[in-house]
Amino acid sequence: MSKHIQEEVILEIKGLKLWFKVYQGYSKVLDGVDLTVHKGEKVGIVGEAGCGKTTTVKSILDILPEGQYVIPEGEILYKGENVLTMSDRALGKVRSSEISMIYQEPSAALNPVFTIGQQMMEVVKNSAQGKGKSKKEQKEMVLVAIRDVFIPDPERIFDYYPVQLSGGMKQRICIAMAIMTQRDLMIADEPGTALDVTIQDQVHKTLDRLVEERKMSLIMITHSLGVARELTDSIHVMYAGTVVEAAPTAEVFRQPLHPYTIGLMEAVPRLAGGGIQAGIYGSIPDYLYPPKGCRFAPRCPRATEQCLAEKPLLTDVGHGHKVACFHWKED
Amino acid sequence: MENDIILTLNHLKQYFPAGKNKNGEKLYVKAVDDVSLEIHRGEVIGLVGESGSGKSTIAYSIIGMYEPSGGEILFEGQKLGKKNRSMQLKKDMQIVFQDPGSSLNSHQTIGEILELPLKVHKIGKTKAERMERVRQLLEMVELPEHYMYKSPASIGGGEKQMVAIARALATDPKFIILDEPTSALDVSIQAKIINMLLKLQREKGLTYLFITHDLSLMRNIADRVAILYLGKIDEIAPAETFFQRPEHPYTQMLISSIPVISEEEEALKPAKIESTGEIPSPVNIPPGCSFHLRCPYVTPRCKSEDPVMIPREGSHAVRCHLCQETLPGATNTN
Amino acid sequence: MAVSARKREKELRRALAFEAKRPETRTISSMQEMRKENLKKAWYRFSRNKMSVVGLVVVILVILAAILAPYITPYPEHAGAFTDFANSTKAPCAEYLFGTDNMGRDILTRIIFSFQGALKMAVLVLIIAVPVGTCLGLLAGYMNGTWVDTVIMRVADIFLSVPALLLALAVASILEPNLTNSMLAITIMWWPWYTRLVYGVATSCKNEYYVVSAQLTGASKSHIIFKEILPNCLSPILTKMSLDVGWVILMGATLSYVGLGEQPPIPSLGQMVSDGARYMPDKWWMTIFPCLAIIVIIMGFNFMGDGIGDMLSKGDSKYE
Repeated sequence: MSKHIQEEVILEIKGLKLWFKVYQGYSKVLDGVDLTVHKGEKVGIVGEAGCGKTTTVKSILDILPEGQYVIPEGEILYKGENVLTMSDRALGKVRSSEISMIYQEPSAALNPVFTIGQQMMEVVKNSAQGKGKSKKEQKEMVLVAIRDVFIPDPERIFDYYPVQLSGGMKQRICIAMAIMTQRDLMIADEPGTALDVTIQDQVHKTLDRLVEERKMSLIMITHSLGVARELTDSIHVMYAGTVVEAAPTAEVFRQPLHPYTIGLMEAVPRLAGGGIQAGIYGSIPDYLYPPKGCRFAPRCPRATEQCLAEKPLLTDVGHGHKVACFHWKED
Repeated sequence: MENDIILTLNHLKQYFPAGKNKNGEKLYVKAVDDVSLEIHRGEVIGLVGESGSGKSTIAYSIIGMYEPSGGEILFEGQKLGKKNRSMQLKKDMQIVFQDPGSSLNSHQTIGEILELPLKVHKIGKTKAERMERVRQLLEMVELPEHYMYKSPASIGGGEKQMVAIARALATDPKFIILDEPTSALDVSIQAKIINMLLKLQREKGLTYLFITHDLSLMRNIADRVAILYLGKIDEIAPAETFFQRPEHPYTQMLISSIPVISEEEEALKPAKIESTGEIPSPVNIPPGCSFHLRCPYVTPRCKSEDPVMIPREGSHAVRCHLCQETLPGATNTN
Repeated sequence: MAVSARKREKELRRALAFEAKRPETRTISSMQEMRKENLKKAWYRFSRNKMSVVGLVVVILVILAAILAPYITPYPEHAGAFTDFANSTKAPCAEYLFGTDNMGRDILTRIIFSFQGALKMAVLVLIIAVPVGTCLGLLAGYMNGTWVDTVIMRVADIFLSVPALLLALAVASILEPNLTNSMLAITIMWWPWYTRLVYGVATSCKNEYYVVSAQLTGASKSHIIFKEILPNCLSPILTKMSLDVGWVILMGATLSYVGLGEQPPIPSLGQMVSDGARYMPDKWWMTIFPCLAIIVIIMGFNFMGDGIGDMLSKGDSKYE
């Protein structure tokens, strides 16, 4: 499984904090996110709604609404360079030819007034590979990319408008656009969530195959542990703007250590039946008034005085398993 | 056993006009096409299917949002249309919708929302009596009493869905339709709501028609499961059988597509049946078996002849030519 | 980003300073505090755009000036049939800040007094047009797809298709020209806008699950229309009303410019502009100052209306 992962680190987020401006003050959405992506690695970010998954990856590409947030601490190192202090030109290059992103809602990512072909040609024209090539060669690149995502009859699809395609098809086109030119990192923000389970399965498989074929790294955001288990090499579990547990995927499922991860796993309905566990008591904290210590402490069955006062850091406990909890050893 | 059945669908058809084709013939979206189903009192029956399979349309026809295009709906032996519904019936049958954000009016307090069904059905003579009942309802869904003064906008999605459930319970119904009640929520909240729903069902002897696209969830709550594809039931079986011995290729495909979180569950998936193709538009339903375009075992017969429901062991039934041919014990109806 | 690095630095310093002072826990415990909090939030949304605040201040000043006109104006008696030919058409000076008109009346005084008529007109027009338009819109929206819907909306369309000013001119010229009749004229052409607005909200509301749910449980039609649908229409109505005050005033001024509004000697802005126009460009103050007054009032109400729109719109709460 891990043979395609290399030692080289492609992306590293260190202690990222991010505050959104709201009317009462600043909503402390991210509170020290640590994330490492190796070359060729498929990393899953798993967590429930509102835990900061999407905010984290949007900050990597610096596509959050300008002027409505501040980053008090932390850095995002892409190939050793801090994205947060990069020049506009360098950042533009990263966005256009190094990192690509696909979204949950494929229809929002495609412009309804242009044909699929027009939109994909635009991407090719501006990429390093497509520049300077003849129109015919560029079109050939597009057709190859469409065929690559298992859409039959690419010539016909080339002239289609997005409304003429189903949700699954649109998501495939988005993937085709994202992998058409050689990229190093792909960020997928819940690419299958809006789709039916059979279509989701197809889209995930296509994505997985292409990422491996092209030796890209992948950051896969998902709320579903099942999806993360099937698609990723390692998992970062996020809760309320912090990474609470990070480990190789098999390790997380073999022995989850953080009480939140354990609670989450128990709440997932099993195909084997046997009823559903109680879930996790309470709800995510108000980021305007977050808990002082561990953000999970108010909902945690193991919480002690220490948890309420002090914030546990993500520490390695062996087997490449990192957990941010004072009481991870307890059962 | 006749009086044990609370609701019967008899060849229910629900067509919606969809313009005309080139030859000027009228086209219809066949959202529900000849569905027959019997729901027993006190059971949780599950309807699963992908989007466009017609599972919500069935729910909306039963609750009276549409007039059936064909067939009939019988509730406790009484035939239902859209208009002829008595107040007693409206009291006995309730629905919880998928989107908790849209099912509560954000311009009312939760107290007002819960009071409405009480007022309409004249439960509680005075305001004070009704408020007492509202308190009971909130307690039933494990929400604090002061929530009655809150606006739906100020509470979380899970809590909103709890309020929607409390509203459905307000009239002491016999039969509740749950239309994807947790699909917009996180799993940890889903767990809480599902457990509460099951507890209430046991306590009050309710009958649930539970609609979801989440098969793993269905496994854990339903007594019987029916799977819909393009407006038709393809397979219906007790939950155990449905998940352990699915016979219809579509059921198998759906189950094998679910992402699961343990090896134990992985083993339950039917021998790998690759998911292919997409659900076609319900305006152009393919001739023959509607699933034949995606079916890996398709035969020439599937392309021309629409299969009928074949009873299997117990209450298991499946609508597939193949099951009829290859499996022993099936009587050839032709 | 290099360009905005300094800006970001500044924002960050401000954020850190602000957060250092903010309490660490929420302190809301009672209904009253909740309401106070909501008001604060509303004000934050309103005041985010500085122009809204400017608009609000202008509107308050205009209203106060109109109410207190007899006490704050330098020559209250000039508001009526007053003549002082010795001081006619005097240029602005210390004595007459905005100059005087051909009858020797102080223009400042007359402008302030004319606010009374303008505001009265706006209020009365909206008091009639808004409820009528809203009720018809609700009815048509609720009965969406039936003949009621068709009749109401086609009639509204007919009114909307006739040029507004022309219709008002027609009514005002058939009837006796005075404030009441010009108000009537404006009201006739104003209600369809509200019908349209409410119709749009009501038809989309009708498909919301809370309305469906109320219907299924057996709630009465009046409950559904007035308790479920109407509250959802209120914020767009209120926003439109605050914007419309300015437009009604402008329409009234136009009508009185052509002599179909308030009759002399009662001052009205439109009529002052038309009187002064005969003396342009020599006696410019007679026209320019009433014109400016019209502009200021309309802009004031418009800015305020935008602010109210911002305040009531359901923005993305994450980035508000």
